[in-house]
Amino acid sequence: MPEKRSPRLHVDGAILGFKRALRTQNNKISLIKIKGCDSKDGVDFYLGKKVAFITKGTVADKYGNKFRVNWGKVCRAHGANGAVRCKFSRPLPPQAIGGKVRIMLYPSRV
Amino acid sequence: RIHQHCKNEFLTMGKATKTEAPKHPRFYPAEDVKVETKFKVRQNPPKIRASITPGTVLILLAGRFRGKRVICLKALESGLLMVSGPYQINGVPLRRVNPAFVIATSTKVDVSKVKLSKYDDTYFGRDKTTKKEGEEEFFMGDAPKPAVVSDQRKADQKEVDTALMKVVSSTEMLEGYLAALFTLTNHDKPHLMKF
Repeated sequence: MPEKRSPRLHVDGAILGFKRALRTQNNKISLIKIKGCDSKDGVDFYLGKKVAFITKGTVADKYGNKFRVNWGKVCRAHGANGAVRCKFSRPLPPQAIGGKVRIMLYPSRV
Repeated sequence: RIHQHCKNEFLTMGKATKTEAPKHPRFYPAEDVKVETKFKVRQNPPKIRASITPGTVLILLAGRFRGKRVICLKALESGLLMVSGPYQINGVPLRRVNPAFVIATSTKVDVSKVKLSKYDDTYFGRDKTTKKEGEEEFFMGDAPKPAVVSDQRKADQKEVDTALMKVVSSTEMLEGYLAALFTLTNHDKPHLMKF
């Protein structure tokens, strides 16, 4: 069997938008839909987990990486259908709405 | 505008008891002396969750060896876990690992026969002598330096692993299990998985 190069140790998530009322929004808190998680009971596993919003820049860092990460964490459930509120170190850019996010499996409580 | 002493008199008029003004000592130290608090903060030893015991197979979630399944040997005083691949199976040496970056599986291995008393945080701590930066190092820049493994580490690795391999090879499928990487694939839901 061919050896897999790098394992996937995160769950994909979709950025739904910001925490909002009808006409005002709080862009410090983003709403994320975790793939595969469709109810509030499932969210408990993900609470506290680190979330990474990854973008590609042009300037490489000292290790040769061009990827930049905006780290956040899952704060709480949002609604009854598995969506989740996340707070990032910098607010997510609005053009990211509809985009992908990685929900890591750490800090682990299992 | 009421003068302070008149105000004091007015305030103390109704009071029955007469309080003495605090006496200030004639001499006091030039520097401020820290008052010792009665209650001293006591640091409790770090607690490690119950699912992690010596001999548990762990999945590493981050770092250089992410995805590898390793055997937890013991919990160190700092709260970190001491772990070994074993090295010959999956390339993970004797190492410390943070329990927050680890999933504990229900697979357990008997490590009581392995001698682990000499391993503690100071054994794994960084070498303080190699911190001196000469001119040459300064000009070389921030490039990551290749790690040099001491002979003592290699000998200790061999000692621990021979004891571990006896247990691992006697258990069915364990060697292959430790060699395999953990990964999530399509339709995997970690919140529904039983590790």
